[in-house]
Amino acid sequence: MSSHVHAAPIRMRFFTRGTWVLVALMAVGFCFAAVRFTKGIGAVTNLDNQWPWGIWIAIDIACGVALAAGGFTTAALAHVFHREKFEPIVRPALITAMLGYTVVVIGLLADLGRYYNVWHPMVPSMWSGHSVLFEVGICVMFYLTVLYIEFLPMVTERFRGRVALPGALRPLNGFVEGLLRLFDRTLGRIMSVFIIAGVVLSCMHQSSLGALMVIAPYKMHPLWWTQVLPLLFLLSAFCVGPCMVIFESILASRAFGRRPEMEVLGPLSKILPVLLFFFISTKAMDLAVRGQLYRLADGSWQSVVFLVEMGFGFVLPFLMFFSARVRRSPRLLFTAATLVIFGVAMNRIDVFLVAFRPVYATKHYFPHVGELAITTGLIAFLIFAYRFVVLNFPVMHVEDAASQRGEGVPHA
Amino acid sequence: MDRRDFLKTVGAVGVGIAAADASASTAVHAPPDAFGVLVDTTACIGCRKCEWACNQVNELPVQPLEEFEDKAVFAAMRRPDAGNFTVVNQWPRQEHEGNVWAKVQCLHCNDPACASACLVSALEKQPNGAVKYDPWRCMGCRYCMVACPFQIPAYQYADALSPEVRKCTFCVERISAGERPGCVEICPVECLIYGKREELLSLAHERIGAYPDRYLDHVYGEHEVGGTSWLYIAGQPFPSLGFPELGEQSPARITENIQHGIFRRFIAPVALYATLAQVMWLGSRKDEVAAAAHKAEQHGEEHHE
Repeated sequence: MSSHVHAAPIRMRFFTRGTWVLVALMAVGFCFAAVRFTKGIGAVTNLDNQWPWGIWIAIDIACGVALAAGGFTTAALAHVFHREKFEPIVRPALITAMLGYTVVVIGLLADLGRYYNVWHPMVPSMWSGHSVLFEVGICVMFYLTVLYIEFLPMVTERFRGRVALPGALRPLNGFVEGLLRLFDRTLGRIMSVFIIAGVVLSCMHQSSLGALMVIAPYKMHPLWWTQVLPLLFLLSAFCVGPCMVIFESILASRAFGRRPEMEVLGPLSKILPVLLFFFISTKAMDLAVRGQLYRLADGSWQSVVFLVEMGFGFVLPFLMFFSARVRRSPRLLFTAATLVIFGVAMNRIDVFLVAFRPVYATKHYFPHVGELAITTGLIAFLIFAYRFVVLNFPVMHVEDAASQRGEGVPHA
Repeated sequence: MDRRDFLKTVGAVGVGIAAADASASTAVHAPPDAFGVLVDTTACIGCRKCEWACNQVNELPVQPLEEFEDKAVFAAMRRPDAGNFTVVNQWPRQEHEGNVWAKVQCLHCNDPACASACLVSALEKQPNGAVKYDPWRCMGCRYCMVACPFQIPAYQYADALSPEVRKCTFCVERISAGERPGCVEICPVECLIYGKREELLSLAHERIGAYPDRYLDHVYGEHEVGGTSWLYIAGQPFPSLGFPELGEQSPARITENIQHGIFRRFIAPVALYATLAQVMWLGSRKDEVAAAAHKAEQHGEEHHE
């Protein structure tokens, strides 16, 4: 399936000044995590009985899952809908999704009071099909597995023909080599099954993530609470997927001293006006049908937040993506994609935190320094791990003579 | 394969959700033999003995009776927490001098949102009416706390090893053994009446009918969020006693309808899988055909020369 991707590990020094900054952030986060696991959640968070969920849910999990949507959207475009020209961005997006979901799970462990029971949803006697969170949990678990399976070809590609075990293990070289080849061939044959599964699982849990807060109608601001939250979450995940790919691709080209892949990103951004249109119009129709449009003008701080989210995060980039000038300019394209990422991240934070109104609120929630440190540490770890993977595995597209002539495209 | 297929896929998911909304809500009724407690707030004297008894029965940290004779706590509204499963709040009496007291604890919903939210069935409605918590199943995600429309479940945030969700247990061991809950047992003024929920409802309506000047014609918990095991009657509107105004449908019905709509017999996910697989297969066939045509063309050209 992916044998025609010309990808190679990036050759450069792993440790730079930026990498050390990441290490420092990870170390700070780790210290707070140590406190969390010895003194309890209360010691490092501002969570209480009014505010059971904070930024570990809103950012680490909700934003994490949304911003990892690049993985399934590009896989769907390139492999299911056969847009082979998007092939070069599939692997970086897949790696982001794989590492992103890994970080989501680590973040979840910090937030779970009884993290050692995280496997309970797999036990049939505890299954509860009526729980939205059960659906999210099971889908994320399966999807994470699928992502690691989709990563395997990069591992076999990395080591195939290069197996050189040291010392006493040397006689095993041939065997391991053969195993890798068999593995590679088998994977290539059955990968379609996993690619489609990944897309279906993503559609399922991206939408269910939105259904989570539907259970709290009396605690949610009516600008955000709606029964169509699952649909809105799914549509915004479709929007943010390609935007994350554009964002990362341009950032990576800068970080690794490469040319921005505008010939791929430009066409990719053409679908964004359509996707954004669906999200914006669904949201507008939902407000209209529920008779809540008047709240946009009520001057409350929530209405301002809502207008910023929709205006800067969705409507402005929607207009920008129409312009061919934007789609051709790395800088403008980057700006527009960043706006959508901002919009979707803000939307998740709004749904889980801003819209949440405890019945007997005596205070506002603002994250504790410990919550911020652990979240920042996790994001630093994500970037650190991404760097490690692209420097050691064939992830990034290599421009060679063959790919420029348009050869080596489909022979899968 | 192209934009239209993509939109179709989006459409299919949308239709799934719409169908979920359209499907009739299956109301969950109270278990037939559910017990309940009727709280007559017009009888309560604010003695806080129920709080003390609750702490005794549940072995909660604050124990000495003197602690509960302090009336200064009424200055601010209190909420149940991990160490106090029930609290009595004092409210100004409307249209009269003096105060009214209202006891707060888990209402043990007929169709509990917390139990619907829980992904490992750690919270479950028992046939006897209690919404029971099982710490051994719990993962500590606190989604139950998000879901509860009464803001009842509390959490042991200071416990690093085995924190629990804490709330009124409806003295499930005592009621299973045929005893009354601790708070009901001690109440000196019969403000708390324990019995079968159905009988308590009739009693509540009887009292309201017999003393229309004393009571408002509203049994709180009869219909709220699908009904609750604990029922309240009062002489003034419930919001003035700190009770939230809630609709008749449990929030669990909304989410479960969406959830069961999308996942009914796994039709939607399987259909999505099949559609995508077909799109993928048709696309690769087209590629093959194109490649074959290309080859044939080349072949033809060669032949020509």
